[in-house]
Amino acid sequence: MTDTTSETQSNSETNGHSAPPPGDHEPHEKAEAHAPNGHGGGHGHGQYPHLAHHFDSPQQQFDAGKLGIWLFLFQEVLFFAGLFCAYTVYRAQNPEIFVYAHYHLDTTMGAINTCVLLVSSLTAAWAVRNAQLGEKNKLVLNISITILCAFVFLGVKYKEYAHKVHEGTLWGHHFNPEHELWELDSFKTKHPESAELAEKIAAIQFEGLPKREHRGEHEGSGAEAKAPAAKPAALPTAMAGATDSDTKVRRIQSLLFQASDETLHPLVAAGIIKHDILATTGLERPAKAHIFFGIYFFMTGLHGVHVVAGIIVWVWMLVKAKRGQFGPNYFGPIDYAALYWHLVDLVWIYLFPLLYLIH
Amino acid sequence: MADSKAPPHDAPHDHGLAHTTPVWLLITILLALLFFTVLTVAVTSFDLGAQGNLVVAMVIATIKAGLVATFFMHLAWDKRFHAIGLAAGVLFFILFLSMVVADRGEYQIDIDRHGEKYPFKMK
Amino acid sequence: MATTTTTDFVSPEPSTTDNYLHNEKGILSWLLTLDHKRIGVMYLFSVLASFALGGTFALLIRAELWTPGPTLPGVTADMYNQFFTLHGAIMVFLVIIPGIPAALGNIILPLQLGAKDVAFPRLNLMSYHVWILGACFMLLSLVLGAADTGWTFYTPYSTMTETAVIPAAFGAFVLGFSSIFTGLNFIVTIHKLRPKGMTWFRMPLFVWALYSTALIQVLATPVIAITLLMLIVERTFGIGIFDPALGGDPVLFEHFFWFYSHPAVYIMIVPAFGVISEIIPVFSRKPIFGYKFIALSSVAIAILGFLVWGHHMFTSGQSVLAGTIFSAITFLIAIPTAIKTFNWISTMYKGRIHLETPMLYALAFLWVFTIGGVTGMFLAVMSVDVHLHDTYFVVAHFHYVMMGGSITAFLGGLHYWWPKAFGRMYNEKIGRIGALIVFVGLNLTFFPQFILGSRGMPRRYYNYLVEFQGLHQLSTIGAFTLGLGFLLTAYGLLSSLRKKFDAPANPWGATTLEWQTASPPPYYNFATPPEVTQGPYDGYENLEYDEKIRGYVPTKA
Repeated sequence: MTDTTSETQSNSETNGHSAPPPGDHEPHEKAEAHAPNGHGGGHGHGQYPHLAHHFDSPQQQFDAGKLGIWLFLFQEVLFFAGLFCAYTVYRAQNPEIFVYAHYHLDTTMGAINTCVLLVSSLTAAWAVRNAQLGEKNKLVLNISITILCAFVFLGVKYKEYAHKVHEGTLWGHHFNPEHELWELDSFKTKHPESAELAEKIAAIQFEGLPKREHRGEHEGSGAEAKAPAAKPAALPTAMAGATDSDTKVRRIQSLLFQASDETLHPLVAAGIIKHDILATTGLERPAKAHIFFGIYFFMTGLHGVHVVAGIIVWVWMLVKAKRGQFGPNYFGPIDYAALYWHLVDLVWIYLFPLLYLIH
Repeated sequence: MADSKAPPHDAPHDHGLAHTTPVWLLITILLALLFFTVLTVAVTSFDLGAQGNLVVAMVIATIKAGLVATFFMHLAWDKRFHAIGLAAGVLFFILFLSMVVADRGEYQIDIDRHGEKYPFKMK
Repeated sequence: MATTTTTDFVSPEPSTTDNYLHNEKGILSWLLTLDHKRIGVMYLFSVLASFALGGTFALLIRAELWTPGPTLPGVTADMYNQFFTLHGAIMVFLVIIPGIPAALGNIILPLQLGAKDVAFPRLNLMSYHVWILGACFMLLSLVLGAADTGWTFYTPYSTMTETAVIPAAFGAFVLGFSSIFTGLNFIVTIHKLRPKGMTWFRMPLFVWALYSTALIQVLATPVIAITLLMLIVERTFGIGIFDPALGGDPVLFEHFFWFYSHPAVYIMIVPAFGVISEIIPVFSRKPIFGYKFIALSSVAIAILGFLVWGHHMFTSGQSVLAGTIFSAITFLIAIPTAIKTFNWISTMYKGRIHLETPMLYALAFLWVFTIGGVTGMFLAVMSVDVHLHDTYFVVAHFHYVMMGGSITAFLGGLHYWWPKAFGRMYNEKIGRIGALIVFVGLNLTFFPQFILGSRGMPRRYYNYLVEFQGLHQLSTIGAFTLGLGFLLTAYGLLSSLRKKFDAPANPWGATTLEWQTASPPPYYNFATPPEVTQGPYDGYENLEYDEKIRGYVPTKA
């Protein structure tokens, strides 16, 4: 059904006119109906069914579209700029929350998603080539792979989000992590000694206090009002009062003094203990840790919205491609969609190291 | 299918309205991108000093972004205005960022004081 | 349906059928049109309606300030806060930003360029539909308990107040995209749709101004979009980036906000420069003085405009270092602006000045904009600003620029292009009287506010000391004078729409391309694609007045 390969640049052939699949006429007419009073046809554009009335040549139309999409991409760059700026400000001033929080993220998932997006970028770029050469079947295949990759990306993202909801590593007031830093596998494998030390300190710090309740239980305001003391997990505030005898603090500090710098460093960097051992009365959570998750969810969420928009665009392109509309004289839409898709990829290329790979 | 009849297109050449990127180049770029992804993950297990890791990660990300922009996005063969525009966008972003970050550094002390006075409490 | 003969369209006579106003009938032919002129007309009337609404709030504010304390029955201090918020938000986002570019620009830009349409007619229509959507959200805020944050939405108040901040912020967010689409469309149009012979330096200065504006629209607007989105998310979910109660940084919001909103000031004023640059040479019958300087100074203003946002934040907790840098760059902006003013005055020098309505507005612009601009320099000095910040001095300053600059130029442009857009001459006498009343009202309203401000009257206050009453009452009288002037002007313009087409193709003796096609233009703008052989302001000597058609025609050799 396709004879889209004509290397002669005969337009009628490459636009699928010679062997139009069923329903092929409809979009063409739409393009011509551009001028509502029927001017479209009368301008000698008949040989280029996709040429709008106010352009002189397919080249002019293609260049205009291309400049348009690039301007849109500049706009996108600055749209994301605000979030990157917020990220940088907090990272510059509160580095500990980033170190602390990145242990809660799964690098493998992030890396998989990076690769998935890169592959989809390849197929998108390849699709442009297919469209330019009128290779209809390959074009459909490449677009389909791109869409598939986008869904895989969103699936992985969904798993990550679900995990975070479960773990309570959310934004603002919803930040109530199920596990403390030293209880996380990612921290334990990277800094086993630090984790061990932290566990020892925690044992002293929470001695005699009721075991930490399940997160769900003290979400209601009633439970909170009843027993604020039963919430040692809310670390910074719990320790501020430190009604316990000084002995606890002394035992903790002696543990810290015995530890090596290498053991202490990961804990200090993550804001779990203070840099000054004498000022340290126990383990705490960096005060603004929730801001990281606010930024994380906002950035990845907005990026995710762009992925969803990309899927919609690609599905539309798939429909057009199946109808065999693209060829050497009309491949602009595929090119523009691919450019947009690459930008979505570019944003992720930066998000991945900034969110997942913090040292 | 009809595709098989297509003549070899692997040589870069201008095809109609815009440049056509050869397949071998596209695949090479993907391989390079995947390589840099592995590299950037691997590098995190080394301690490169205070901001060293961040700098390396950003350099690698920028190389990757450069590859995508130059080849996948056809900037290598495209009108120069598009590249200039992108550079201008990034430049304004950097200006914005550096001014704000520098300024925030100056008034951070006020934020800290406020934080000590009114610490964040879980609801 | 209109038939088009693309072949010979001999004389630029208005035709009853082959013009864009009449070639199709019915409301849908307007709402779904892809014609840039029709979209421009829809924008124009939407903007004017918004202007009436925003103006009503302004009059309510001024009436409330007639006496200290409660004046109008039923208007509480809280309602007063909502009034000035709505006045500001409507005037900025719904009136001034789209006013010249989207309304006048859409009608005129392709005509001046010699193009058949803008590059993306569908995007153009979408930009209008998006504008309507944004306006609906703004009105929704009005219904749901109008926001009382001021148009700036500063945190932390905007995250705390009980009023409907989210619809208003979302409305502004949506309107931002309308503005981006318009800007994007104009840039591509100017790059790609210039006809043969239309080189960059043969483009009319209005086109140059719109180009510079469009650059700002595309590069700055996304930042306000993300900022407002962050504000909405902050309010809904409490993510803690801006909210100090969550450890966030409210000054960061101000940085974000002004990174857009200062360039936005240039979105409002640079197109006005373009309009003035069109009117002055035509009504002086003299080519513009220093064409390239005016053209490029627009671009310079656009670029410099990105680097001065911090001068809104001298007293906000921003560091002194940043303040100094911003203050210095702010002074720099005065240079390209002054270049323009000098060139306009030099253009008039030894010209044959015709004092028709558009020229009256242009002269008024020169007067009020200079006052507005120079007082801006006072405010750019950090030490002075500490005293004047958030006083009526600032209010007077930006009203002299926004109202005196943008709106005056908008009205000038509206009168100038009205015959072209609608094919009818407005009533010249009413136009002139209107211009005079507007000019007097403007100065009467805002000049006393300079004095009030420098004496320490803070802005946005419901109440004031008795000693300020005289000046406040003067200002209120001025505001109602201004309102009267607008009503008269609106009557003068709108009443002409009942007439038959009577406008000649070139009523003013102008040389730019839009005057070489019929009034109103045919659907396709030009019968044959124009070819440009000279600069936009060359050839006044080759035009002569024809008594019969009451317009200018080329001199017969």
